[in-house]
Amino acid sequence: MAQLSSGTAACPGCIAAPAVPARPIPQDTQIALSLPGIHCSACIATVERALNATPGVEDARVNLTLKRAMIKAAPDLRATDLIPVLENAGFEAHELDPGALSATQADKAGRDLLMRLAVAGFASMNVMLLSVSVWSGASDATRDMFHWISAAITLPAIAFSAQPFFANAWSALRVRRLNMDVPIVLAILLALVTSLWETTLSGEHAYFDAALTLTFFLLAGRYLDYRTRAAARSAAEELTALEVPRAIRVAVGVEEEVAVATLNVGDLILVRPGGRMPVDGEIVSGQSELDRSLLTGETLPVFAEQGATVSAGEVNLTGPLTIRATAVGEDTSLHRMADLVAIAESGRSRYTSLADKAAKLYAPGVHILSALSFVGWYIYSGDIRTALNIAAAVLIITCPCALGLAVPAVTTAASGRLFRKGMLIKHSTALERLAEVDTVVFDKTGTLTSGIPELTSLGDHSRADLEVALALAEASSHPLSVALTKAAREAGIKPATLKDVTEVPGYGTEGTYRGQRVRLGRAAWTGAEEGDQTTAWLAIAGQAPSAFLFSDTLRPGAADAVQALREAGKEVILISGDTQGAVQALAGKLGIQNWIAQALPQDKAQHVEALRDQGHHVLMVGDGLNDTEALAAAHVSISPASALDAARVASDIVLLGNDLSPIADACDTAAKATKRIRENFRIATVYNIIAVPLAVVGLATPLIAALAMSTSSITVSLNALRVR
Amino acid sequence: MEVLAYLIPISLFLGGVGLVAFVYTVRSNQYDDPEGDARRILSDEWDDKPKP
Repeated sequence: MAQLSSGTAACPGCIAAPAVPARPIPQDTQIALSLPGIHCSACIATVERALNATPGVEDARVNLTLKRAMIKAAPDLRATDLIPVLENAGFEAHELDPGALSATQADKAGRDLLMRLAVAGFASMNVMLLSVSVWSGASDATRDMFHWISAAITLPAIAFSAQPFFANAWSALRVRRLNMDVPIVLAILLALVTSLWETTLSGEHAYFDAALTLTFFLLAGRYLDYRTRAAARSAAEELTALEVPRAIRVAVGVEEEVAVATLNVGDLILVRPGGRMPVDGEIVSGQSELDRSLLTGETLPVFAEQGATVSAGEVNLTGPLTIRATAVGEDTSLHRMADLVAIAESGRSRYTSLADKAAKLYAPGVHILSALSFVGWYIYSGDIRTALNIAAAVLIITCPCALGLAVPAVTTAASGRLFRKGMLIKHSTALERLAEVDTVVFDKTGTLTSGIPELTSLGDHSRADLEVALALAEASSHPLSVALTKAAREAGIKPATLKDVTEVPGYGTEGTYRGQRVRLGRAAWTGAEEGDQTTAWLAIAGQAPSAFLFSDTLRPGAADAVQALREAGKEVILISGDTQGAVQALAGKLGIQNWIAQALPQDKAQHVEALRDQGHHVLMVGDGLNDTEALAAAHVSISPASALDAARVASDIVLLGNDLSPIADACDTAAKATKRIRENFRIATVYNIIAVPLAVVGLATPLIAALAMSTSSITVSLNALRVR
Repeated sequence: MEVLAYLIPISLFLGGVGLVAFVYTVRSNQYDDPEGDARRILSDEWDDKPKP
């Protein structure tokens, strides 16, 4: 994190100084990469060696905990230059947006908690030392002195380290509500007040150590919680895998690379083959094919020429296109859809977490119990000091150390386990919701399939045809051509010798073979009938055009994930915007009986809602813009790292790697984690059932409180570790 | 019991030293990558001198 800030921060003096119109100083850029696959010291060494050997890289450092690499590099180096380097070294990498890495801020909050935790820890050790001597028999003046020293340490330590609880409790009380922090603060304050009072009266029992250990254990829970979620959230939000941060603007015949944020309506933008549309617009010149799969789910590329409208997020496949921007930034259709998701997402807040449920039962119960014992003892003994002492003891003993640790300890352990498998848990209640899932809805394109086509009809063609097709395909970088080339080469086909091979953007490639014109491309261009499968047609003059059929390749782990989910008794449904044939073929391949094709984005969401209304808990797995509504409507949702930004934001869990198989494992881990959380609540309750009667009848001593508190907290933490 | 006059300040001082040391480790980013550091120590790439 320090490297990050040092790269961007200037000294305050420089900022204050008047702007000197000097030549721009080339500043080093910071590149951040997410590396879901790294797991050992050899990985660290390989990645760092590979990166440092790349020209332009000044310093690269891997963070194994966050599975990230931070790279300081020359100004013109881009993450897209480094990703292939790592892929050659055998590591999957995705770009993270270093500007959005709110590292400094997030880290500040984390450090703040850590400092408070440290102060509480060290203070409680010192106070415990003094308390132990009191419990082991110090009396009279010695005991009073020990108590006074304890007070001198405890008061400032609590004033500093318990601030988060004070702030939370106050903000809840201000709107007349109770949260978990109210009994905590009450217990801490009451313990301090009665202990001080006892000390001034040379009393026997002081609870300074209890107040401090309480703060310490609770802060530990908060810190665990913070750390797991901050790491996951930041990485998930800052993945920029498919964002287009830069675009080429054409102004007066000059091309310049600019940030997408600076584009205006009316700008001319050049989109090269393979590039993604940065804005909504209209094609001014050029012909090409567009891949709309992320927006609509259809795998078949769409022909586009002058005058056609394009939407941000579509991929230009074959020819360069110049487009005139009609909507930029937040006005693009991509963004409008993403905004809809934000509205839909508020529905998810209906879920009450287990911790909240426990707090709702717990907070009033504790207050009533403590108040009753105060009143009871006051009536019985008529002594306000005894009554207050007992009320304080009840509050301290019931204080939710174990409850405070019960959830974060388990989620930390479970999230850590899933993170090592390549999953980021973004939402705090995601695991609990995932545990309830009984129906899994998959999207097809980009989720179950990798979006890379694969030739399926190699055997149906004559060798001569294949040789011609291969020669034509090799002249193009269109995905279908690339797939055809790969399949033909693997089958040992040699390309035929063609003349005048040219690529006609948007249509295909053509050439001359033994004096005859041959074409490989779209149906209409080759004189064939359009089918509903992804097809490239080969037309040799004098012959009927022959079809090369393609299907999407399965994502690694897709079959395993589907099978494991079905074996776990979950219903698996496939909903896609793609054509009937393509969806049916894939469903058959994976053994999914329940599938729906040609679904519009609204259909997907409606289907998920219908399932929900039938009482099912739906897990939605999807990556495209057409899935975002469904992702937001589902009980819990997962999207791969390659998904569109909007889809990742809408989902609770992000898959970092390419592999889908962790999904089934995640459901399993989530179920286990929820079981542990419930167990932890039970442990905490059992301990309260034993200790509270002691406190109410006035038999509790600070020693019993300290023992009970530590043992229950440790039991709960150890139980949580079983999830790992 | 006069020994307490020495022992208590000493124990408080030692506790303070621990706290200061911890604060130093936090400030110098030693908890940013615990897992990575645990593995790096096993690599002999920078055994002779620390990484510059």
